[in-house]
Amino acid sequence: MAAPPEPRRPATGSSRWHWLLIVPVVVPLLVFLYNSKDPYLFGFPRFYWLQLAFILLGVATTTLVYQLTRKRG
Amino acid sequence: MSNHVTEIVIATLLFLLVSGMGFWAARWRRPSTMAHLNEWGLGGRSFGSWITWFLIGGDLYTAYTFVAVPALLFGAGAAGFFAVPYTVIVYPLVFAVLVRLWSVSHRHGFVTPADFVRARSGSSTMALLVAVTGIVATMPYIALQLVGIEAVLKAMHVNPTWALIIAFAVLAAYTYQSGLRAPALIAFVKDSLIYLVIIVAIIYIPYKLGGWHKIFDAADTKFKATNGTLLNSANEWQYVTLAFGSALALFLYPHSVTGVLASRSRDVIKRNMSALPAYSFLLGLIALLGYMAIAAKVKPIGTDGNTIVPVLFDQMFPQWFAGVAFAAVAIGALVPAAIMAIAAANLFTRNIYREYFRPHAEPAEEATVSKITSLAVKVGAVLFILLINPQFSIDLQLIGGVIILQTLPAVAIGLYTRWLHRWGLVAGWAAGMALGLWMLYQIPNAATKHAHFGGSAFPLSKWFDPTSIGLNAKATVYVGFVAVLFNILVAVVVTLICRAAKAPDGVDMTAPDDYTADAGGEPAAGLAGDQLPEPAPTT
Repeated sequence: MAAPPEPRRPATGSSRWHWLLIVPVVVPLLVFLYNSKDPYLFGFPRFYWLQLAFILLGVATTTLVYQLTRKRG
Repeated sequence: MSNHVTEIVIATLLFLLVSGMGFWAARWRRPSTMAHLNEWGLGGRSFGSWITWFLIGGDLYTAYTFVAVPALLFGAGAAGFFAVPYTVIVYPLVFAVLVRLWSVSHRHGFVTPADFVRARSGSSTMALLVAVTGIVATMPYIALQLVGIEAVLKAMHVNPTWALIIAFAVLAAYTYQSGLRAPALIAFVKDSLIYLVIIVAIIYIPYKLGGWHKIFDAADTKFKATNGTLLNSANEWQYVTLAFGSALALFLYPHSVTGVLASRSRDVIKRNMSALPAYSFLLGLIALLGYMAIAAKVKPIGTDGNTIVPVLFDQMFPQWFAGVAFAAVAIGALVPAAIMAIAAANLFTRNIYREYFRPHAEPAEEATVSKITSLAVKVGAVLFILLINPQFSIDLQLIGGVIILQTLPAVAIGLYTRWLHRWGLVAGWAAGMALGLWMLYQIPNAATKHAHFGGSAFPLSKWFDPTSIGLNAKATVYVGFVAVLFNILVAVVVTLICRAAKAPDGVDMTAPDDYTADAGGEPAAGLAGDQLPEPAPTT
């Protein structure tokens, strides 16, 4: 538990890269992108497969922001 | 009809296994003392990436979710799929917001969101409101986990009353003993079982039913009148506002905060925000079980729509695997129920008991009070389900989502700025609560013939003609979303008034760099680890 005290570092959590996180918040709310059947993928209408694909968009964005904002300075 | 013996035996064996693990968990990563909220209530604040993944996954994706979301698709079609965008949106929000809460809590030893509000806004009133809101919103959520177990018991034709009492008594006993370590350890079994069951289900059931095309066609036929398996112009705004509002509500729930605060470092949380969406994928597939039930012509037991997934498993799977599936759902109820009870107990201990009754309570006393409160919370949940119509807990949980959202300005906005005046926060909370409850009161439930609290979709036509702004005449929106917007608006207006009247601000006990502090840093100056600041002067 008793880790050596570190000097306080400047704000690493306030990076501008965090604004990227807005993308996976907004895109899944744009109904016109996915409220349709065509094209089908593996038997799934677009409404279902595209929204499942947004999960990958979310993962990609959070991973990217994590990599871009970690261990600076 | 089979006699379900195999199912019951398998489900019971798995239940006994996790109960044993629950008791053994007190020795797992053994702390020097359990008589401290950091240990009992937060697992030593030491969980790494893997444990956190299982713990938060097991925490957020509850048994009720697994039972109710497919039931929603079964009953209402595409609108039920909101669970997918909802659980996509929530992780970027947590990444940005709750990481700051982790940092400031790490430095000041906060255990609950109300601890933070107390120190940040300098308003003990607002902290009390956050604590009470959290407890009130969490209680019916715990009761709902029992609804998940009940659905499984019904499908196995077991008398739910005694089985529920035994299951919750065992759960209460090992949570009392092991604290947050119990659900963290059991979550490994729960999630492994759930993943196994769902992967088998989405391969095996469509194969037996003749492919995904058949499944979507069957659903399309059932919902022909309302645009088939797509949204229509009457429910698309409800879909969007519900997904967004639910995402905001989810991370304000005390049990989500407990899961996040139990992790070891900022990096653990951030990495998990990339890994947790695996559960969202799982949830999306689980949701589609509702359509599979349509294609398999499943009939719910009685009028209980929540039984469709257990009945589907019972129909499609061999008995032994149905037993595994039922155990997965039932154990899936125990993990979140334990974490929610711990979160509610921590709120009571820190923000009511300590704040108003025993300001100088020692850590050991806090831990004891939390343990006893968590027992009381579970007894309450069982009585709730057994004595009162379960529909009442479902209605209450709906209300819970709306009211927990009203803590957004104090908790989430508070993590970024102190611009909102403490009286503005209180006024906004009161206004949001009043509007939200009034809107919910006006919504009837067609299925159960309740005149009030029948859903969270508010018909705009009650206020104005939606066609005048180009919307469908029957367009609805999510109550929580409207209520929290009103909350923020009132908070801003009252803040401006307070500033103009030169009303004194509360004292902020936190410093800007607290919000980005990481593990290994020194605790805040003048604050001994787990001590809350003395009451802020109100001048």
